[in-house]
Amino acid sequence: MSERQPRLAIRKTYKLFIGGAFPRSESGRSYVVRKANGEFLANAALASRKDARDAVVAARKAFSGWSAATAYNRGQILYRIAEMLEGRRDQFIADLAACEGVDPAEAERQVDESIDRWVWYAGWSDKLAQVIGAANPVAGPYFDFSVPEPTGVVAVIAPQASSLLGLVSVVAPVIVTGNTCVVLAAESRPVPAITLAEVLATSDLPAGVVNILTGRVAEVAPWLAGHMDVNAIDLTGLADEPSPSEGADSTSGSPSSDNSRQSLAADLEKSAADNLKRVIRPPQDAVDWYADPGLARMTAFLETKTVWHPIGI
Amino acid sequence: MASQRFEYAPAPESRAIVSIASSYGLFIGGEFVDTLDGRSYKTVNPADAEVLAEVTEAGPRDVDRAVAAARAAYTRTWSKLSGRDRGKYLYRIARLIQERARELAVLESLDNGKPIRESRDVDIPLVAAHFFYYAGWADKLAYAGFGPSPRPLGVAGQVIPWNFPLLMLAWKIAPALACGNTVVLKPAETTPLTALAFAEICQQADLPPGVVNIVTGAGETGRLLVTHEGIDKVAFTGSTEVGKQIARAVAGTRKRLTLELGGKAANIIFDDAPLDQAVEGIINGIFFNQGHVCCAGSRLLVQESVYEEVLAKLKRRMSTLRVGDPLDKNTDIGAINSAQQLEKIRMLSDVGESEGAARWSAPCELPERGYWFPPTIFTGVSQAHRIAREEIFGPVLSILTFRTPAEAVEKANNTPYGLSAGVWTEKGSRILWMAERLRAGVVWANTFNRFDPTSPFGGYKESGYGREGGRHGLEAYLDV
Repeated sequence: MSERQPRLAIRKTYKLFIGGAFPRSESGRSYVVRKANGEFLANAALASRKDARDAVVAARKAFSGWSAATAYNRGQILYRIAEMLEGRRDQFIADLAACEGVDPAEAERQVDESIDRWVWYAGWSDKLAQVIGAANPVAGPYFDFSVPEPTGVVAVIAPQASSLLGLVSVVAPVIVTGNTCVVLAAESRPVPAITLAEVLATSDLPAGVVNILTGRVAEVAPWLAGHMDVNAIDLTGLADEPSPSEGADSTSGSPSSDNSRQSLAADLEKSAADNLKRVIRPPQDAVDWYADPGLARMTAFLETKTVWHPIGI
Repeated sequence: MASQRFEYAPAPESRAIVSIASSYGLFIGGEFVDTLDGRSYKTVNPADAEVLAEVTEAGPRDVDRAVAAARAAYTRTWSKLSGRDRGKYLYRIARLIQERARELAVLESLDNGKPIRESRDVDIPLVAAHFFYYAGWADKLAYAGFGPSPRPLGVAGQVIPWNFPLLMLAWKIAPALACGNTVVLKPAETTPLTALAFAEICQQADLPPGVVNIVTGAGETGRLLVTHEGIDKVAFTGSTEVGKQIARAVAGTRKRLTLELGGKAANIIFDDAPLDQAVEGIINGIFFNQGHVCCAGSRLLVQESVYEEVLAKLKRRMSTLRVGDPLDKNTDIGAINSAQQLEKIRMLSDVGESEGAARWSAPCELPERGYWFPPTIFTGVSQAHRIAREEIFGPVLSILTFRTPAEAVEKANNTPYGLSAGVWTEKGSRILWMAERLRAGVVWANTFNRFDPTSPFGGYKESGYGREGGRHGLEAYLDV
């Protein structure tokens, strides 16, 4: 009686995050996610074309409300995300150590930076328009001003290696300005993304603002790139991949070589031209996710609207 | 109505101020050179279909040579020049444009068909203003918000349309040069002459050879340019269809791309609008430059309660429009730019009728020679009609109605385009409410078709990406 039996662990199947809910893939498929050391970590949903389309519908539905929310309100909600993430700091550190095989100190650093990145972007919500907007001194009796507005629904192919900090660094700048998004998580390291979804679901973020898919980049990304109700696509995740010894199941259909990833990126960019999506291309050089992010990831998915009105009595 | 019109004696602007050569080479490396590929075509005056000059159709070797000249100029001179000196060259160019303004206006009207009143009072003054504006940026880029020392991109390949030939050239070349790039520009097939005159201005200004290169030609020349491996940046203004082809062509390369494409702008008239002013705005919105305007207010949305009144006023005003000789200073509406464009306008207008909309054209006599189309409106248009969805790029207005502001927004945004929109109402809060919801890059409230070098211009959705004008316009030519 005094000896406890070794407890059999509960294995979690990670699901998708669409419209604020956590559905399984409609395809019924899942895939095995392994730790960096090759051990079984979890099952994740293997998203299909239909899941991608559902996610776009959810993102579109959320766009009118989110883009019309006050900048103050969006900032508050992003800050709330940071608060909720802080509360689950230990879980993310454990996730990262398992997924990326980094030591606890590095995992801790990445989680802390991820939390701080939400705070950094939260603060931008009500400042960016003053930095990049303008009152235009036209040569005539007109009041003329330019303001940034969100582009719409953005598809994001998240970085493959940096599964939390990289993810936060590509998602936060998209939504802080009022866009909504469909994110395709790191293919072989999807767990921090779904854990993040659990944070988002409890952070006052309206349903559908962020939708997260897990699965094969080569399978799902083309549907997003060609979708006529997606306004922009971030191809950052086509630039890198975890080293072969890490992560992915061997059956993965992931683009494995530099060449095939480059050619997939080019194909996606071609599809994106069908409705002239705004595109962030895969970066040429390795990205240092700890560096100052700058404004580029926000401005890439903003439109400038210029309004004229006569001045007179 | 016509009998009450004042009769005007013809008041033609003299074309003696312009001397057009019988044939033109390409402007490469600071000189006019003969083609290596050996093809040419004729550019005509659309007002009488007379040939104005023979122009080179640049081929692959010509484009190679132009890109090489631009690269050499970029590497050897332009990228090493201080911002202050780049600015001085641009100021020189701006002044020369002012000095030659009348000549350029006449030349523009001859080659394009637009009324001299517009080329003289709108196009050319804006061209000069654009060069002045970006001249001033050349030594202030560090303050533009793109980092402490923003770098140029290199060689820009630029392709422009025929509706505002010299103005579109200015929109492309001025910011490119200010930021330290060199350019190869292809003017539109049917309107090359002011770009060639601009080449002379570059010579007059002693602009270093190769900083600006002009290659004339048609679509194939443009394709050679934008797909050329030696360029770092593509800037295109033109149709959405071609814009998409270009976006596909640069996919997978490191070339930067900005696109300013088509539109199908809603011009929205509320019942409380000052209707006489609004009617002027409708006229300006669709008949300015024969409707050859990407941001033209080609879909009129009128609140139901004032529909009859607006329609009556609009028809009365249209009856006073003077269509004819572009060089006549009294002319309101000039010639359609080409036989091909005239054919497209006729075709879509016929489709409008066959789909059930009612056509009405202002009673006016059209000249016998040249390419002409009367100011025309369609009533009884539904959102499904092709004339409500497709860009006609001519003096043809589709009229629809709405009841509530929300319906106006819904209809205005119901298009893949998003370049511009107009709102007419006396209620300030409603203007801002509408402006916030219209998915368009430019919203004109109680005005229409205003342009200024300080004011960013460009589209949402399939009207393209990137902005021209203002501080925003620098971004397209900097490595940011």
